[in-house]
Amino acid sequence: MENIETGQLIKLTVNEQSKEIYVRNSETLLHTLREKLGLMGVKPGCYNGDCGSCTVLIDGIPINACHILSVEAVGYQIMTIEGLKDQTIPEEFIKNWAIQCGYCTPGFILNSYALVQNNPDADDAAIDEWLESNICRCTGYQEIKESVKNILNVKR
Amino acid sequence: MIPIDFEYHRPKAITDAIKIYQALTADNKDTVYYGGGTELISRSRLNEITPQAIIDLKNIPECNTFKREAGQIVIGSTVSLTAIADTPLFPLLSNVVRSIAFRTARNKITIGGNLAGDTFYREAILPLLLSDSKVVLAGGKGIRQVEIHEIVGKGMKLAKDEFIVQILINEKYTKYPYFNHKTTKQSKVNYPIVSLASIKVDDRIRIAFSGVCPFPFRLREIEDIMNNSAESPGERARKVIDLLPSAILNDMHASREYREFVLKQSLCKLLEHVERRVS
Repeated sequence: MENIETGQLIKLTVNEQSKEIYVRNSETLLHTLREKLGLMGVKPGCYNGDCGSCTVLIDGIPINACHILSVEAVGYQIMTIEGLKDQTIPEEFIKNWAIQCGYCTPGFILNSYALVQNNPDADDAAIDEWLESNICRCTGYQEIKESVKNILNVKR
Repeated sequence: MIPIDFEYHRPKAITDAIKIYQALTADNKDTVYYGGGTELISRSRLNEITPQAIIDLKNIPECNTFKREAGQIVIGSTVSLTAIADTPLFPLLSNVVRSIAFRTARNKITIGGNLAGDTFYREAILPLLLSDSKVVLAGGKGIRQVEIHEIVGKGMKLAKDEFIVQILINEKYTKYPYFNHKTTKQSKVNYPIVSLASIKVDDRIRIAFSGVCPFPFRLREIEDIMNNSAESPGERARKVIDLLPSAILNDMHASREYREFVLKQSLCKLLEHVERRVS
């Protein structure tokens, strides 16, 4: 039987760069991105898929990096906050003071980016549905939502 | 960090998945099928489960199918809850799964995982029970198709070597009037205190429940009571309590008494909705 080891050499595409890396099969993408690739914008929070602080985009879809094995991510385009070239959302967050301590911000920004890309006609209910995936301990939800609405309005 | 190691296999065909499972178990390895994996990752991180090998089903084409075909809605087991919520081929199912967890989690949770996992709420099953869906299973006995009622009990009655390939829903059920209602403890995102789903088929209400007992269920006896329009909604709701298949859950989300109160309110709301619609 092939692939009987508990770890393997895999190739991940992270922020448009190909990375060859040895991982344990049970290693989460959160661990690989932070500890092996040094991408510290992927913030660990609950490690349980509850808080959204480690959100990354897998082929443009928000996924909690703590809830995906690195071996599962082979063959997909992974984007972390370090790979976000479009600065519209970060600038809007700053303008609206949609950041306080900033810890949840990378996750919120990537989720918001995916929302704007995938659902440019999002109404209030859709924005709420997307943003409820992320927790802000400083409770800056209103400012974050305003930022997203502003971006969507500009694009319409 | 998951404190255990396991083998990872990602077959591209149903037959390969079965062969891999048989080889691993012949080697005495504790092997599990893997869909979205959210439950497995959470529980193995806490050392609650310690699989020695996992078989990821996401590369099997039949498990990724999501289409309308020959009068049926065909949903592969590894289709994400988000895909089902965003593509309302069966609007009641879309509504129900949209209330499970939150969007980013739903991007990873699969319908097969929701049905076959250990978390007993399994809310995605409610519309499937109401529509008498069929399930395609694969395992050591080959590929077989069963009625969903055959494999749903207090847990899912799947053989250890079996996995769900697809769910088949007769398209006629997607067109009936429906109602669903979920109550949580406090926040919108949580496990249900009471989650109920209903469709009206040939002037008869069908109802399925989650969150009330430690397993989802649909009972004909309850539907008989609920369809007796000679009685008031409150009287029917009271009688339903006596027919529940087990004691009402009593846990950190809600006491037994509060759950009973919420259940009665939800049933009255359902009857008001359905009977107002008819009149």
